[in-house]
Amino acid sequence: MTAQPQPNTFRMGPDERGRFGIYGGRFVAETLMPLILDLEKEYQAAKTDPAFHAEMNGYRTHYIGRPSPLYFAERLTEHLGGAKIYLKREELNHTGSHKVNNVLGQILLARRMGKERIIAETGAGSHGVATATLCARFGLKCIVYMGAVDVARQAPNVFRMKMLGAEVVPVESGSKTLKDALNEALRDWVANVHDTFYCIGTVAGPHPYPEMVRDFQSVIGDETKAQMQEAEGRLPDSLFACVGGGSNAMGLFHPFLDDPEVAIYGVEAAGHGLSGLNAASIAGGAPGILHGNRTYLLMDRDGQIEEGHSISAGLDYPGVGPEHAWLNDVGRVKYLSATDDEAVEAFQVLSKLEGIIPALESAHAIAKVIELAPDMPKDHLMVVNLSGRGDKDVPQIAERLGSSL
Amino acid sequence: MTARLDARFAQASAQGRAALVTFVTAGDPDHETSLEILRALPKAGADIIELGMPFTDPMADGPAIQAAGLRALAAGETLVKTLDLVRAFREQDQTTPIILMGYYNPIYVHGVERFLDEARDFGVDGLIVVDLPPEEDEELCLPALSVGLAFIRLATPTTDDKRLPAVLKNTAGFVYYVSVAGITGSATPDFNVVGAAVTRLKRHTKLPVAVGFGVKTPEHAAAIAAAADAVVVGSAIVDTVAKSLDGENRATASTVPAVADLVSRLAAGVRRGRAAA
Ligand SMILES: Cc1ncc(COP(=O)(O)O)c(C=O)c1O
Repeated sequence: MTAQPQPNTFRMGPDERGRFGIYGGRFVAETLMPLILDLEKEYQAAKTDPAFHAEMNGYRTHYIGRPSPLYFAERLTEHLGGAKIYLKREELNHTGSHKVNNVLGQILLARRMGKERIIAETGAGSHGVATATLCARFGLKCIVYMGAVDVARQAPNVFRMKMLGAEVVPVESGSKTLKDALNEALRDWVANVHDTFYCIGTVAGPHPYPEMVRDFQSVIGDETKAQMQEAEGRLPDSLFACVGGGSNAMGLFHPFLDDPEVAIYGVEAAGHGLSGLNAASIAGGAPGILHGNRTYLLMDRDGQIEEGHSISAGLDYPGVGPEHAWLNDVGRVKYLSATDDEAVEAFQVLSKLEGIIPALESAHAIAKVIELAPDMPKDHLMVVNLSGRGDKDVPQIAERLGSSL
Repeated sequence: MTARLDARFAQASAQGRAALVTFVTAGDPDHETSLEILRALPKAGADIIELGMPFTDPMADGPAIQAAGLRALAAGETLVKTLDLVRAFREQDQTTPIILMGYYNPIYVHGVERFLDEARDFGVDGLIVVDLPPEEDEELCLPALSVGLAFIRLATPTTDDKRLPAVLKNTAGFVYYVSVAGITGSATPDFNVVGAAVTRLKRHTKLPVAVGFGVKTPEHAAAIAAAADAVVVGSAIVDTVAKSLDGENRATASTVPAVADLVSRLAAGVRRGRAAA
């Protein structure tokens, strides 16, 4: 699908209807429509308000601990013998992942809007933990919906959320994973329209969420650009990030979209392999409508949504953010995939070589770096987004590798 | 375009009562039983049938209708089969309006044009597609109107006077007022508030106003019928199907009679509504 005419800029979207090409939009029930229009208005106002940015920057520096380092992974580079590999250290953020960048923005917006009850969905629990954290910080009520399957496989994060004062609601409907948590959060929102703010954890959902979450996450790419300039005096040659809904990837990619010399790779979860159970919606899906937007979805011929499969709860989602769907079709970003096995291997490689235990989600991006870096020249500058730390995954990995804790 | 619907509302109004709209999920608990249920509904007193098109991710539905959809999907129901259900129903009943209700994705994947042609040819009267607000009218609403199918819009407690004209603009057949901000099967609404809401809607439209969400018993139906042109009952009927099934979710001898019995009591409730008021 790369034969389309190329736009002058890849950073224009979305249009006024919330579309990126044919993707995106506002496919929600009437009850939610007025709320979404209101959110859009409030976000546009905040976006151009210097006071909003000043407040956000203050918390970024002093609460999250930004900027996150761009770290030269010397031993991984030596081991692979090709490209020079840099890690964007989002796992060092307070709460341990990139998710907090977005949550900070949305919670400050919720406060501006006078909302006191915050709901969120979570897969791996990273977004849930980040939301619970900022709700604790600002004294807001927090309810996190999490698939029952994910509650079981991400136990450390469930406990963290509870410690932070959030209520964690295990979702028993459907496939009991991230998509069902999203359904349940939407149902809550419809029933609690007056006081509730829905803090979505990725670049999906109805307009304006994909745009808003992207903007809050773009700090990752903006910093990377400046840091690479400082370290190497130029732009990187390639970028890698894992793609669940696609927020850490979009945050890194967006500031580079109009730099044609930068090759950009998103890595989806191939689960058991692309011919088996997987969660790679761009590689294996087709355009459809779910959770408020049109995008690539894993589904059957009747349009029924299929249960994704990935070892990583954060990538176990049968859709992807609409801007990624568009970037795929116009050919600006290339979407690859990594299997469960490749991710588990990468998880161990990075832990042993760099002393950094990555989140299983991030390990998918590392896996493709391990595959592709050896064939690149030594002056090829490669950046991989280390979206989160792997502490939450230690029990699951221990079980998989057959050792008890 | 809305001949069957218009005739039904005119008939109910001539009888000095509200119409009863009954929701069932296509293919629940299985395709054949579902056709029997459909055929039993008008006999039991249903004026209009809303037929749910099952979807894996019904974000505006509560547990009862979610479960009905999953039962139907597990029994092999598809959009193609649902359309076929309408065709089979129409062989014996040419007067009861059928509204298909569901979510956009199965329609989009089936192909909008093909879906609309088949729906019209098989005897569907209108569509309710929950996740298509007026902002997305070009997707399905306008194409549906152009082939002569009514697109019935939901108005909700969050649809204020400023927004109402946009919601009503391309609505045909009737307007569906969702009595509570929430999902299907929610708590029972405050009937006084519903009355005021219907009055508000009537200031903006000449179309009949149907009220649903949270109507569970003949008494609720009577209370709503006092104010509205039609009463919609869904979760209570679907729950009755569920309770009649055996341990493996299969239909039993009591499935169709249990639904018919509830619907006839709801129909009696609707007929009492105006008399009491
Ligand atoms: C550490 C980490 N990385 C990545 C993801 C995937 O989300 P996204 O694709 O929105 O970045 C998650 C989701 O939970 C996560 O926890």
